[in-house]
Amino acid sequence: MTDSQDPITAPDGAPDATAAPAGAEAAPRADAPLLEVRDLRVGFDSEDGLVQAVGGISYTVEAGKTLGIVGESGSGKSVSTMTLMGLTRSSSTKIEGEVLFEGRDLLKTTTEDLRKVRGNEIAMIFQDPLSSLHPFYRIGAQIIEAVRAHNDVTKKQARARAVEMLGLVGIPDPGRRVDSYPHEFSGGMRQRVMIAMALANDPKLLIADEPTTALDVTVQKQILELMDRLQRELGTAIVIITHDLGVVAETADDIAVMYAGRIVERASVHDLFSHPRHPYTWGLLRSIPRLDLPRDVELVPVDGRPPSLIGLPDDCSFRARCPYAAGCCRPGMPDLLEADGAPGHDVRCTMPPERRATIWGVLADGGTPEAAAEKAGIPQPEEVA
Amino acid sequence: MARYIIRRLLWTVVTLVVITAVAYFLFRVLPSGDPVRARAGKAPTQERLDAIRASLGLDNPWYQQLGDFLWNAAHFDFGRSYISDAELRPLILDALGATTWLVVGAVIVWLSAAAIVGTISALRRGSLPDRVAMGGALVAISAPVYWLGLVALYLFASDIGQFKIFPGAGSYSSAGNVLDRAEAMILPWFVLAAAFSAVYARLLRSSLLESMQEDYIRTARAKGLSERRVIFKHATRSAITPLVTALGVDVGLLIGGNAILTESVFNIPGLGRLSYDAIQRGDVATIQATVLFLAFFVCISALIVDLLYALIDPRVKYE
Repeated sequence: MTDSQDPITAPDGAPDATAAPAGAEAAPRADAPLLEVRDLRVGFDSEDGLVQAVGGISYTVEAGKTLGIVGESGSGKSVSTMTLMGLTRSSSTKIEGEVLFEGRDLLKTTTEDLRKVRGNEIAMIFQDPLSSLHPFYRIGAQIIEAVRAHNDVTKKQARARAVEMLGLVGIPDPGRRVDSYPHEFSGGMRQRVMIAMALANDPKLLIADEPTTALDVTVQKQILELMDRLQRELGTAIVIITHDLGVVAETADDIAVMYAGRIVERASVHDLFSHPRHPYTWGLLRSIPRLDLPRDVELVPVDGRPPSLIGLPDDCSFRARCPYAAGCCRPGMPDLLEADGAPGHDVRCTMPPERRATIWGVLADGGTPEAAAEKAGIPQPEEVA
Repeated sequence: MARYIIRRLLWTVVTLVVITAVAYFLFRVLPSGDPVRARAGKAPTQERLDAIRASLGLDNPWYQQLGDFLWNAAHFDFGRSYISDAELRPLILDALGATTWLVVGAVIVWLSAAAIVGTISALRRGSLPDRVAMGGALVAISAPVYWLGLVALYLFASDIGQFKIFPGAGSYSSAGNVLDRAEAMILPWFVLAAAFSAVYARLLRSSLLESMQEDYIRTARAKGLSERRVIFKHATRSAITPLVTALGVDVGLLIGGNAILTESVFNIPGLGRLSYDAIQRGDVATIQATVLFLAFFVCISALIVDLLYALIDPRVKYE
């Protein structure tokens, strides 16, 4: 993942510019990322005002790599990726920013042109594989439909492709199972079917929106391993959206943590888990069980609730829930900046580096947020309701 | 599936026997007048009454009467009208033709109007066409079919209408070829279909709006399918299931209720009119025969709808 400040320059009249496909403003450079999202904002008109679901996010995905987007419900992680595909377009949606896929801005693409990208170059799988498959059509028919939407092939060829894909994702006896209905599969098998359908057209990018949330833990692991194997075999880049840090720990190369429609921390998997720098990330990490800590260490939930996305103040959205806010926060929305001289590790928090190190030092050893705040010399307010 | 159909058909026979029995007792205990007296003329002697009673088989015990009726009905013999003494089988077969015309045409108008209006309303929710259609539907649902029939005649009938466009009441009996008969049915079709298509347009609208929110619609869009295919293949298929469920009951309602009224208003010589006249005259034999026929069609249409349901939704299994 590259820094958001990293300037992406258009080719300056170089010979390869002439090779650009008609309509593309900038020819993809060899080293340009597969997907680059720049300052994406998505708002929905509602009776109570504009709901700013995504408040300006930027990230890049390199070909063949995996980006994990982590956040709780309503943090804008799903909306932001649905927007890439044009699935949030409507008269009541306000979309700004740029989504450059191989150099082409998808937000400026007509719906008809975008349709040719969906399911073909960018595919998507969803949380609940039962409700995501049409209950009345055989899975073969649904995969064939996806293949034929983008390729001029006969039904027979498309069917052969469907059987091939079902075999690839580990459905036993695919030649027979291709004629089964979704309700005749188990949850894990259904998600395999969804993956087979998504990958049937060899997409360059797969967006997986909570792909394991509706599955048993044992099956989750199988699905993640399957995605990992297919990524290695097919070279597909993956954006995996989840509320579960455990899911991205194993699969992602980079992680972006979202809160209230913005990215609050962004780093490689290793950096994020070894040196998390945002108080919200600390909260997430302290709320999941760890095997390396004594058994009696309590899990600490993140107190409070995410803010309303209507009329968000121009201020740090996490301040109200942050146990370490006192004494170091400055008014105004902090920028997402490189943290403490760690390249490629960005954080949206103005806390001084020493204080960060002190607090995480306590939390990492199983200490409570109160203990951490005390050690860092932060005055604790009385119990807030 | 075959076993299911056979079982359903057997149940249909049971239903018909029960319905016939109920109709039989209903009209025996109703003070609708003694059919024997109705035939006997003025001031009949007791001997004459007894003779007529015996000729109609009404001196037998009730269970024998019912048994005889059912036995004969099973052989497609419905006996004779108590009033006109005409054989009922040809009478009913004649009437059946007109009723079939009326019902089949009305169901086609009903479903196609509902499909078009409901789909447009759902896709253009909140637009002027949607509001007009849904407002109009409310009027159509609220209007009783006999009132709507009279209004239609007053407005459009070629004899008494303000705008003499369509053939009016009684034109079906005098119609010669198929085209004339179809023309004579235009007003009855629309009158009979109006309330039902209004209900179904509203039903389809809400059902389609609901299915457009389903996760698999999002999947279909994410696959890169055209919006037309998403709506007409993926959304519509699931949107029509609740309609098909309701259809089984409503076709029965249409045949057994509104069709009778429509036939009366438009003077169509169908089963409904036959039974309406029979009820007015206390002609128990004719009532029983028509009730049996109408019940038969209701049962069969319900069976067809249930089988259709299994065709639409593969999760439904009959065995």
